[in-house]
Amino acid sequence: MSKYTPHTKEDLEVMLKAVGAVSLDELYKDAPKELMVEELKLNEGMSQMAVEKAFQKITAQNKVYDTILRGCGAYDHYIPAPVSALIGRSEFLTAYTPYQPEISQGILQSIFEYQTLMCELSGMDVSNASVYDVGTAVGESIIMCCERKNKVIVAGAVNPQTVAVAKTYCKAGNTQIVEIQPKNGIVDIEALKAAIDTDTACVIAQSPNFFGLIEDMGVLAQISHEKGAKFVYIFNPIAATVLKTPKECGADIAVAEGQPLGMPLSYGGAYLGILTCDEKMIRRMPGRVVGQTVDKNGKTAYVLTLQAREQHIRREKALSSICSNQALCALTAVIYLSLVGKEGMRQVADACVSKAHYLAQQLSAVKGIKIKYQGEFFNEFTVETDKYNKDATKALDKAGILGGLKINDTDSIWCVTEKADKATLDGVVSIFKEVK
Amino acid sequence: MLIFEKSVKGRASIQLDKLDVPHYELKAQKRNAQARLPEISEQDAVRHYTELSRKAHGVDNGFYPLGSCTMKYNPRVNEVIAADKAFANIHPLQEEETVKGCTQVMDELSDYLCAITGMDAFTLQPAAGAHGEFTGIMLIKAYHMSRNDTLRTKIIVPDSAHGTNPASAHMCDFDIVSVPSNAQGGVDIEELKKVVGPDTAGLMLTNPNTLGLFDKNILKITEIVHKAGGLCYYDGANLNAIMGVVRPGDMGFDCMHLNIHKTFSTPHGGGGPGAGPVGCKKSLASFLPTPVFGKLPQGYDPKKSIGKVKTFYGNFSVLVKGLAYIKTLGKEGIKDAAQKAVLNANYLLSLVKKDYDLAYDRICMHEFVLSLQKLKDETGVSAMDVAKAMLDYGMHPPTMYFPLIVHEALMLEPTETESRETLIKAAQVLNTIKQQAVADSASLHDSPKTTIIGRVDEVRAARQPVLKYDFSK
Repeated sequence: MSKYTPHTKEDLEVMLKAVGAVSLDELYKDAPKELMVEELKLNEGMSQMAVEKAFQKITAQNKVYDTILRGCGAYDHYIPAPVSALIGRSEFLTAYTPYQPEISQGILQSIFEYQTLMCELSGMDVSNASVYDVGTAVGESIIMCCERKNKVIVAGAVNPQTVAVAKTYCKAGNTQIVEIQPKNGIVDIEALKAAIDTDTACVIAQSPNFFGLIEDMGVLAQISHEKGAKFVYIFNPIAATVLKTPKECGADIAVAEGQPLGMPLSYGGAYLGILTCDEKMIRRMPGRVVGQTVDKNGKTAYVLTLQAREQHIRREKALSSICSNQALCALTAVIYLSLVGKEGMRQVADACVSKAHYLAQQLSAVKGIKIKYQGEFFNEFTVETDKYNKDATKALDKAGILGGLKINDTDSIWCVTEKADKATLDGVVSIFKEVK
Repeated sequence: MLIFEKSVKGRASIQLDKLDVPHYELKAQKRNAQARLPEISEQDAVRHYTELSRKAHGVDNGFYPLGSCTMKYNPRVNEVIAADKAFANIHPLQEEETVKGCTQVMDELSDYLCAITGMDAFTLQPAAGAHGEFTGIMLIKAYHMSRNDTLRTKIIVPDSAHGTNPASAHMCDFDIVSVPSNAQGGVDIEELKKVVGPDTAGLMLTNPNTLGLFDKNILKITEIVHKAGGLCYYDGANLNAIMGVVRPGDMGFDCMHLNIHKTFSTPHGGGGPGAGPVGCKKSLASFLPTPVFGKLPQGYDPKKSIGKVKTFYGNFSVLVKGLAYIKTLGKEGIKDAAQKAVLNANYLLSLVKKDYDLAYDRICMHEFVLSLQKLKDETGVSAMDVAKAMLDYGMHPPTMYFPLIVHEALMLEPTETESRETLIKAAQVLNTIKQQAVADSASLHDSPKTTIIGRVDEVRAARQPVLKYDFSK
């Protein structure tokens, strides 16, 4: 009858007899009769072939761009071919949380490698096995910091998607959240100094920030620490291979959206919440963690550890309820970083920076277009112009280019990765030269 | 060997094109030392992770009766569909008219989930079950706040509940009240009546519960909570037992989550990504995280939303697979899956109960719980020993030591996609282990014997945490 149940007529007879029931319905005799559903309001089932066809009709309504010059939390980087082949291996794909270390060493080791790599990127002491995304990473960071204090500050241009999630976590914990609006695109230091007090649990800032600008995170960490607040640094994992690390800036917690590390855009998910922190905060860190140990014969082994923090042991005393996380996305990041490697990541970062600056320079030479902020940026920048109108969008669209994200009537945020070639970028500039 | 130990200075894999624009040197402060990323050839990287995959066990490798986790077959057609470039290459902030396919997926899935659960609206944002619980309890919190009913500070949770339930409620700043189970494994009605009151914000319940039993008193339970002014939250971890047969919405639940990665066949990925959509009745719909997809109930007002619980729209790629599954099965297939899941569990139960004690000897739903206390008392062989012995037969053990109210618990959930032969084989393995426990209990303390490592020193892992590679070695 159905596609994925193997029961033959004979199976049904034998099995029902064994359990002492005359029908499948009888198995539900504990459920009140009045609850029984006559028939679900769903369509009839379909063959796998028909389902594939049905989805082709759905995907036909999506527009796939050849070049994506939009970031703002989701980035179009090149994904080496072996990534999908490896994460698609049955043993990785169809396993669950590695509760049984004897048959899960491969997954446990990959998480141990992930934790190591995330610490290498952020410079921090420890990493967990992942959380859902950067928004929930910030949400969990807030819980980590609010031990005795109950106020958090979001400083400057943090991605609004992230801020929205942070606000929900604050609402949950009855935590006060204060937003310090940016000045000239970056954190308004004076406003931060005015807002921070000894009740402040943490200051949260992002660099490169939502407008693409690189913040002076060291100064922000210092201001935070002077008032006894923790500093939460939201980093970009590609930029992290080049810029001063969160650790070097004095961060207590460093979080990131891990999507740039080999995950497709996929309309916003599944992505990867990277959460790393200072050793001192390890007992307040949420989620799974893998540790190295030995088996009974002294052989090196990996195992889920520090579980006394977690919900299945501590129940309501746990700081977080997270258990399933984004394991396969974490594996994606590990495989991506291994394939692209040390030199490759330097090249990726260099290409992102150089191409973004090339486009910014070329655009700023067009009459009527200016780069909105003076500050240094990584691979995203904010353009101010009246020319990014319907005509420009239409021309870009026709050329298969998704332009920057408009955030108001005049401003748009553009992102360039290693995937964009010079000819395409020149094409964008030509389009803007032509539009009125 | 770790990837770092295979790294050789100067070795590289992926090559980028030569830079076709002038190099730009950042003026911002750089990191002191380069990140110690692997330096390895493409082939060696591929071999390394292929080797790691061979040291893992998934549903595709063998029987995986991990109770409460619904380790059913993960249809490959769903993977093919989700990997389509016209999903995978879509930026979440593309203009609305260019993502009509994506929004159709969200609309259809929301509507289907409403039909299956009896809820009126769904959010697809939560990334996992626990995240769904957090979201659902936030809805309950927002509901009481909107009525200025600020004294409702307590969430009632049965003692058999998943640990995530109390933890999620606590994240939303509620106090937890535990309610004991009765002799039949259900909620003790008299005890429930004692704890409900004007401070009750809500009740969190799994039905069938974590013992694999359908609570006969379900309508009475939700009524008691409602009469006290509280709301009822349904933990949908066990929805696989009842989909197409009965609906949480008809049982009196006001909101719920379900697990796309359990019930709707998407792969568990070694611990995610999953998806934990949250559904609710009309009365709570306005509080859902925005944007909400699918048909919206009358009076829906997004201004009352609790806000976002995840960036963008949730684990979209997982949601696509879930939709593909529902489309494939259809109304008859959804019900068929639930019924066969229950049949398989009862069949396996019938085969093992001569060797092992049941925590509750009743018809079960999609899973059942054994208590090995007597076996342990008589032979010294624990639930852990039996579980570890199963590894030697190429089977993933059941969930161990859960629920907490059963001593020496083993929770088995075979799922509907397993054949009768597999269930018979599993019962034979459990029978063999039982015989071994009686004849030579000492040998079981040493199991597993055929795996690449033996039992691990968990105490050492926790006491002297080594959580990353030491490059100085």
